[in-house]
Amino acid sequence: MTLGTWLALFVALVVTAEIVRVLRHRAMRHERWRRFFRHRTTTWGLGILTFLVIVALAAPLVAPYDPDKQLDIVHLKNHPPSWTFLLGTDVLSRDVWSRTVYGARVSLGIGALGALVAVALGTLVGAVAGYYQRWIDAVLMRGVDVGLALPRIFILLMAVALWDGLPFAALIIVIGLTSWFGTSRLVRAEVLSLRQRDFVVAARALGAGSGRVIFRHVLPNAAAPIIVSAALGVGNVLLLEASLSFLGIGVKPPEPTWGNMIADNAPSIYTAPWSTLFPGLAISLVVLSLNAVADGVRDALDPRAEAA
Amino acid sequence: MTLVDVRDLVKHYAGERRWFGLGRPQAPVRAVDGVSFTIASGRTLGLVGESGSGKTTVGRTMLRLQEPTSGKMLFDGNDVFALDVTRLRALRRRMQIVFQDPYSSLNPRMTVDDTLREPLEIHGLNGTVTALLDEVGLDAAFAKRYPHELSGGQRQRVGIARALSVEPQFIVCDEPVSALDVSVQAQVLNLLADLQAKRRLTYLFIAHDLAVVRHIADDVAVMYLGKLVERAPAGEIYAQPRHPYTRALLSAVPEPNPHTTKRRIVLPGDIPSPAHPPPGCPFHPRCPHPKKSQRCRTEPPPLRPITPGHDAACHFAEEPM
Ligand SMILES: Nc1ncnc2c1ncn2[C@@H]1O[C@H](COP(=O)(O)OP(=O)(O)OP(=O)(O)O)[C@@H](O)[C@H]1O
Ligand SMILES: [Mg+2]
Repeated sequence: MTLGTWLALFVALVVTAEIVRVLRHRAMRHERWRRFFRHRTTTWGLGILTFLVIVALAAPLVAPYDPDKQLDIVHLKNHPPSWTFLLGTDVLSRDVWSRTVYGARVSLGIGALGALVAVALGTLVGAVAGYYQRWIDAVLMRGVDVGLALPRIFILLMAVALWDGLPFAALIIVIGLTSWFGTSRLVRAEVLSLRQRDFVVAARALGAGSGRVIFRHVLPNAAAPIIVSAALGVGNVLLLEASLSFLGIGVKPPEPTWGNMIADNAPSIYTAPWSTLFPGLAISLVVLSLNAVADGVRDALDPRAEAA
Repeated sequence: MTLVDVRDLVKHYAGERRWFGLGRPQAPVRAVDGVSFTIASGRTLGLVGESGSGKTTVGRTMLRLQEPTSGKMLFDGNDVFALDVTRLRALRRRMQIVFQDPYSSLNPRMTVDDTLREPLEIHGLNGTVTALLDEVGLDAAFAKRYPHELSGGQRQRVGIARALSVEPQFIVCDEPVSALDVSVQAQVLNLLADLQAKRRLTYLFIAHDLAVVRHIADDVAVMYLGKLVERAPAGEIYAQPRHPYTRALLSAVPEPNPHTTKRRIVLPGDIPSPAHPPPGCPFHPRCPHPKKSQRCRTEPPPLRPITPGHDAACHFAEEPM
């Protein structure tokens, strides 16, 4: 680690703290955003996610080494963490810290976009099935049953066979398309009960079209489970990406992702635990922070939650 | 002039299928089983009956918030059940509903302002939220509040303002005061009466006892197990009820004059399930009429005129009780 990288890290930390401070300050003026910051854990979660995003964006400044470079395959293989190699090196003598930093770009991108596609699709299908009921519901939900019954790996392998080496966008689509079944069931159940509520009946009586009823009256009241499933979804996508890497069908090596770092170094988990531990910790950190932020978003959207 | 004309309205809820939808369906719930009435423009029909008798279902099906099983509903000459989506939407402006439960009738995520602005937006009307609030006796400051920050009575006023926002001619008031504190009930009833006079509104006023309806209804229809058992001008029904069920309901209404003594009729048993209504007269298992006979158990009595304008569905409606 050079002085420059330490400096860059320090700057990233300061910028994060400043962003969170300004956001908090602004939030205090609005009831809704004051509710967002109600729990201290939400602030921490937001801070950690912001920091990870900044680090990912500033990867060239924060990473001391080229993430793909095998520094010295003979002498620097599985080097334990030290001042030179903050998080050690992996089985191919690559710097784990640099790979973790660059891996954040791909992993955070896939996690966020994959979960977004999955949650959007699941919400849409669940809302349509639950709201319109009858044959639409029957058809969609049988489709979901099939989707849940088919092993996901099987679908993914099929996609890989079709595409022959998945480009980033295709990977996101494939992950998104195979991850929405659970969300759709959850949303459908919620919509089924909400559509009976008097305020939804009132909206229909006033002449609101089904789009307006679904998006203004039904879904906002189903926000809590949707947000929770989105937060958990990101974690699932990160783990899915890891298992795809295990099968050798994820992001192409040597480009690092947290998933393929774990996969590549799994054989040396006893002799050099650091090369799997740190990307694993990064995934856990993201999942925990997202859950904390999800709590905040839920409170922000619910006027009944008491503001801080 | 007749504004609302309901003819032989039927609403059955399909019975559940057991065994994951593969078994034989249970008997359908006959929530509404052939109800007919008319309401003249500017008048109020009180629809009275015990819990589960099908009053809410009548109101919601009339506005086509639920699809009817059969029957007709004419609103100002328009066949409501036959309208396509576009024309139904245009007609929705003219028929509104006020709900029983003020806690579930407002969207918890919307402020009063959002709630009242929405219908104005949908129909491109140029009314204002402040004017609507004023009309139901609420200060303009309430616009910024969320439903959970309001009392039951205040919520109900917002619900009424929402119904008024689209300038309807006809409002279904579905037990609008039964969930409120007694002290607030009278205020909301007075508000509804004032609004009716001011805006020349027509009401279907649903209630579960005859006391509430007394002050507001011009005509009264009594419902039991999905059917009307009596229908008459309000004065008539209070002075001379013809159906034993109406008599029982009326005997439970407190007398304004404490010196008149009145025999209280207590009905045995509970209202039967509308999935399995008794054969013959649906009321016969609980009927206290001294003339009750075998005929009541087998032959359903039709709703027939007893005196001009006063109908009852009882084989012995002419006999004293
Ligand atoms: N969606 C539904 N599915 C099945 N049965 C229903 C449904 N809605 C109502 N019912 C049944 O229809 C019957 C009439 O219900 P309804 O709500 O119209 O009665 P009500 O007279 O308004 O009663 P209350 O005074 O309790 O409001 C009841 O037996 C009820 O259980
Ligand atoms: Mg009811």
